[in-house]
Amino acid sequence: MTLKVGDKHEAVVIEKVSRTHTTKYAGASGDYNPLHHDDGVAQGLAGYPSIFAHGMLSMGLTGRMLTDWLGPVALRKFGVRFTRQVWPGDTLTSKGEVISVGEYNGEPVATIKVWTENQNGEAVVEGEAVALNA
Amino acid sequence: MSAPTEAKEPLITPEMRATIGVEGRSTTQEVDRTMVRLFARATGHTDPVYYDVDAAKAAGYRDLPCPPGFLGTPIFNPGAPRMDPTAAMGPQPSRPLRRILNGGTEIEYLADICAGDVLTSATHTSDLEETKGSIGEMLVVTSKTVYKRDGEVVAISTGKLIRY
Repeated sequence: MTLKVGDKHEAVVIEKVSRTHTTKYAGASGDYNPLHHDDGVAQGLAGYPSIFAHGMLSMGLTGRMLTDWLGPVALRKFGVRFTRQVWPGDTLTSKGEVISVGEYNGEPVATIKVWTENQNGEAVVEGEAVALNA
Repeated sequence: MSAPTEAKEPLITPEMRATIGVEGRSTTQEVDRTMVRLFARATGHTDPVYYDVDAAKAAGYRDLPCPPGFLGTPIFNPGAPRMDPTAAMGPQPSRPLRRILNGGTEIEYLADICAGDVLTSATHTSDLEETKGSIGEMLVVTSKTVYKRDGEVVAISTGKLIRY
């Protein structure tokens, strides 16, 4: 697939985030920070209304939108900022749009603006990916 | 709310600045099939290349490829000597900051990473910045982790942690 500026893709990447989702991610990533699975700690120690999802889970979900679109190892660079926390019950949609095409390290690539929104249309992840475009 | 009148001392101490660029202890990450599958499942992948070795090979990969955001699993050994967790955090800011948020992560991939690979990585602080935002005074710690396979750099991960 050859990408051109303006090409877009989007996908619902998780529906109704649950403590099961964050627990699965904790086990898979090795990040057992209790803020992501233990409401007692999240509320008592840190003052959050409840647990919230790992930022890196949102990154991984956003990455899934990209690999489903572009193929598993097309990514050359993938960077995100976490702009809002993801809470239990949230449903996330990841979106991408090609903003430029060119070369990177001698390969043809596309630069893609990526973002992930919650059910209120608020961005929880914003970033950019550089992917092989051949 | 009025601003405090006295000038506050910087959060970032000279001892903290001295850690910039100092490479931390090297660790080993194994990329194995079970963990690739577990990570792929946790992030909702359905592409068989992350689960089925034959599908991965048919698609041209050496083995199951790493899903985005996964760079292997550190080897856990409860018998290994443990670092003092406060020492592992390094020098601390002039005022205590209790909360921490992941401000962002960027991964640069310089080679395909697949199950069976063993990566070694070392992390260093590349930048310290203090700023004020909607959540008050914040310390932004940027760290870089360089992942190597047989001495070749295969990925560089840059992360920002926000302490406040």
